[in-house]
Amino acid sequence: MSEAIMIRDAVCSFCGCLCDDINVEVEDGKIQRVRHACRLGSSKIMGHARIQSPMIRKNGVLVAASFQEAYDKAAEILLAAAKPLLYGWASTSCEAAKKGILLAEEVGGVLDSTATVCHGPSVIGIEEKGLPGATLGQVKNRADTIVFWGCNPAEAHPRHSLRYSSNSCGKFTPEGREGRKIIVVDVRETKTSKNADKFIRICPGSDYEVISALRMLIAGKGESVPDEVGGVLKADLADIAATLKAAKFGAVFFGLGITHSRGRYKNIDNALSLVAELNSHSKFVIMPMRGHYNVGGIGQVLAWSSGYPMSVDFTRGGPYFNPGETSACDLLARRDVDAALIIAADAVSNFPRATAKALAGIPVIQIDPYENPTTLLSDVVIPSAIAGVEVEGTAYRMDGLALRLRKMVDCSLPSDEDILMGILESVHKQRQMTANEGA
Amino acid sequence: MIIKGGIVYDPANGIYGDEMDLFIDKGRMVEAAKGEEIDARGLLVMPGGVDAHSHIAGKKVNTGRIMRPDDARIGTEPRTAVCRPSTGYTVPNCYAMGYRYARMGYTTAFEAATPILEARHTHEELEEIPIIDKGALTLFGNNWQVMECVRDKDLTKLAAYVAWGLRAAKGYGVKIVNPGGGEAWGFGGNVKSQNDIVPNFDVTPAEIIVGLAKANEMLNLPHSIHLHFNNLGKPGNYTTAIETLDLLKDLKPSRMRQVVHVAHMQFSAYGGTSWRDFESKAPAIADYFNCHNHATMDMGQLLFGSATTMTADAPLEYGNARLTHNKWSNHDIELEESSGVVPMVYNRKMLVNAVQWAIGLELALLVKDPWKVLMTTDHPNGSPFVNYPEVITLLMSKPKRDLEMATLHEQVPKRTTLAGMEREMDWTDIAIMTRAAPARVLGLEDKGHLGPGADGDVSIYDLRPEEVDTSLDHVLVKKALANAKYTIKGGVVVSKEGQILATPPGRTFWVDAAVPQADTDRLMVDLEEKFAKYYSIQIANYAVQDAYLPHAQIIRAGLPVLSEVA
Repeated sequence: MSEAIMIRDAVCSFCGCLCDDINVEVEDGKIQRVRHACRLGSSKIMGHARIQSPMIRKNGVLVAASFQEAYDKAAEILLAAAKPLLYGWASTSCEAAKKGILLAEEVGGVLDSTATVCHGPSVIGIEEKGLPGATLGQVKNRADTIVFWGCNPAEAHPRHSLRYSSNSCGKFTPEGREGRKIIVVDVRETKTSKNADKFIRICPGSDYEVISALRMLIAGKGESVPDEVGGVLKADLADIAATLKAAKFGAVFFGLGITHSRGRYKNIDNALSLVAELNSHSKFVIMPMRGHYNVGGIGQVLAWSSGYPMSVDFTRGGPYFNPGETSACDLLARRDVDAALIIAADAVSNFPRATAKALAGIPVIQIDPYENPTTLLSDVVIPSAIAGVEVEGTAYRMDGLALRLRKMVDCSLPSDEDILMGILESVHKQRQMTANEGA
Repeated sequence: MIIKGGIVYDPANGIYGDEMDLFIDKGRMVEAAKGEEIDARGLLVMPGGVDAHSHIAGKKVNTGRIMRPDDARIGTEPRTAVCRPSTGYTVPNCYAMGYRYARMGYTTAFEAATPILEARHTHEELEEIPIIDKGALTLFGNNWQVMECVRDKDLTKLAAYVAWGLRAAKGYGVKIVNPGGGEAWGFGGNVKSQNDIVPNFDVTPAEIIVGLAKANEMLNLPHSIHLHFNNLGKPGNYTTAIETLDLLKDLKPSRMRQVVHVAHMQFSAYGGTSWRDFESKAPAIADYFNCHNHATMDMGQLLFGSATTMTADAPLEYGNARLTHNKWSNHDIELEESSGVVPMVYNRKMLVNAVQWAIGLELALLVKDPWKVLMTTDHPNGSPFVNYPEVITLLMSKPKRDLEMATLHEQVPKRTTLAGMEREMDWTDIAIMTRAAPARVLGLEDKGHLGPGADGDVSIYDLRPEEVDTSLDHVLVKKALANAKYTIKGGVVVSKEGQILATPPGRTFWVDAAVPQADTDRLMVDLEEKFAKYYSIQIANYAVQDAYLPHAQIIRAGLPVLSEVA
């Protein structure tokens, strides 16, 4: 029996909060206890059922195979495809993302991340208007007014409020929650709205109108605003507008409730304009609540590698980007890709039904530590070690801050990075063989 | 490697256009060597170019890419057998940065501004830039710990913090941007002069600058403080520039170099009381530089066309966004800095832009000693670095300047002195401003010259200095400078006539300065409290891990006695 080792200040690789104060007790190479993490993070770090072995589908059944066989089969699928999709990347390290981009360049594929069904509209909004933001610590130290719009951190990012936002304490915010005004805008009551000073319940799909009304009120053009907008009384909106204008430092956090409701990226465009305009009255910042822990990271790596943060088409040699055309769901809906590699994401559970159906019709390679609905239609399944628990690496927090993920325990499985390199090497090998045969 | 018969300009070693052979062995210049022969007979040969101020990596550069897909499209070049794909013009992807510098004959470039907290990101991008050597300057001018040490007049603790911060950021030198203004921006404010009190910290920008300059010299750092003035980009700001420089004139440098390097001087050489009576004060600034020896500058030349402004001067960017109604990104960094990004188009018919264009050139032409002026465009703020050949030819050719002047807003000759300027630079001036001086200003001993032991970085251009008339043949000169005939990096031909032949990884320079342990111990009490109460991450996760610098080149500095022990 070996002695327990305490790993201190490790980074939790579950959500975009990337809490970095996690203490983990390891004994006999196993994680025994996790401290400071929320239930979601704790459950991930403690671990649950894993895929045990690589598998290749033969006669409709997934059959155990060696890693090399799986790499070779994956390479064969990618090489045979005219336009493969390499999708996912939100729950793995930037080191894996770099290898994925190399592979996409090499085989001439389209690389897209889960942002496409998540904060993709936010990215497009930022392309229109820019992002007036800050690191989370800036909010913690300064914000006296915080708006949560279409997001529910109390359940999706459980430690957000205490570490960074409504309930955190900092240099100019020593009173924490007491010294802050918290406004929640949503279509339903949530655990987050219960912690609010003011909950604004809007009609579903009316985000754009409500933001526009607030912009009018803040610009002093309230006379043009109707008596009720999106189910909210004008007086309530005027009250909110006054609160926002009076802030010393305000922050807006927004989630999928606004990115994927009617208006999509236009909602974000409008919200970004609202925040930019608020800066003529007070200091204001805005930030998307990124879900998966490194969905920010794939955007960063892809941007510095290709110039674009998502939906990048490498089939033409030079990177090409046109969301709506080169985004995963649109490609699948048009049946415009003929193979897919899904890594660190569960496409089948999160894609629209028609899109998931399209996936079932093409060869699919899955790289993931866990079995999930995507496994059911995959032709090659390659289990990987978990970044941030079993492998080191880099991840970007929801505010764009890079942190180093730790390795807590050993794992006999290869990392996502190793697997992608294995496939890449097999691609080179098979290309060489074809070239030799041709000669 | 032998480079035969070139006309060599190596001003650091007193060589001004002599025909000679050069030798490289194991990546360094030597007195004799064998191997591959490169025929450079009659051609212009200089050390590899060194860019001491360029925004090439990190959060704000990537923010520029993310908000500008329009820009990425402009520079698309497909993948080749040697190269990864390129994109972008003002905000190129990492690969394009390396290839484009190399094509122009540049082999070194320094990122100008990185907050310690976000240095990991900067190094991720630096490592991804192929070929060139690089480093990153670290931001200190709005840092709470710095301001508290300055307020408490605790210089040794300040020096300990600077050393600690450079080590944490794996940074090369001390960058100061709009000191105090970035902190004030935390609540939407700014400072209006170097003597304003920074809200909540009871210090002035002047005290921050002087304190950091003293700490910089205590630590014997290779580079001086690197300063972006308060009031940058505002009409009438030349007085801020001169008054601030005057604060530093009696400081003794710890090395044979300046005590302050002024970043992109063009943006701080403005007269007038508003954009309406905006005019050049380049002559007053140049006069100051001609009469004093403690300061150097880089031009920050502005060129017409597309740019992306990005700076740690966040209130300035907010102003830019309001002025142009363009998209605006802002990013405040807890306890340390703020920053912003705004796309920009400079127009030759717009008087302000045309005057700005002239000011950069006036500064370079009016300062007599080329060792005091580095050629930059403050990439991508004034223009992307790929336009350096345009700047160089403007400096070398009066006819070219006249041609350009004829296309500008007609008020330019009244608001600037450029029209009457006859000076035309020669290759020695250019070799100094683009090679020797930036290396000396940064304190890079093995860069910017071709003496034995120097890095084997050489650029050879398809130009015959003994035949070409740089004044009249400016079109030819510009073309030749855009694509070096050969760029040699560490003894390897990386680019030939615009084609990239090899992409070795570049090194990243950072400075490790030794300080007395007792000072660090006193400092750590403060820092532990800051991390416990104010930072959003733990101190254990703050410093950039060695894994991010697989090609690190560590420069030792610090207190002389201790540096021997360390």
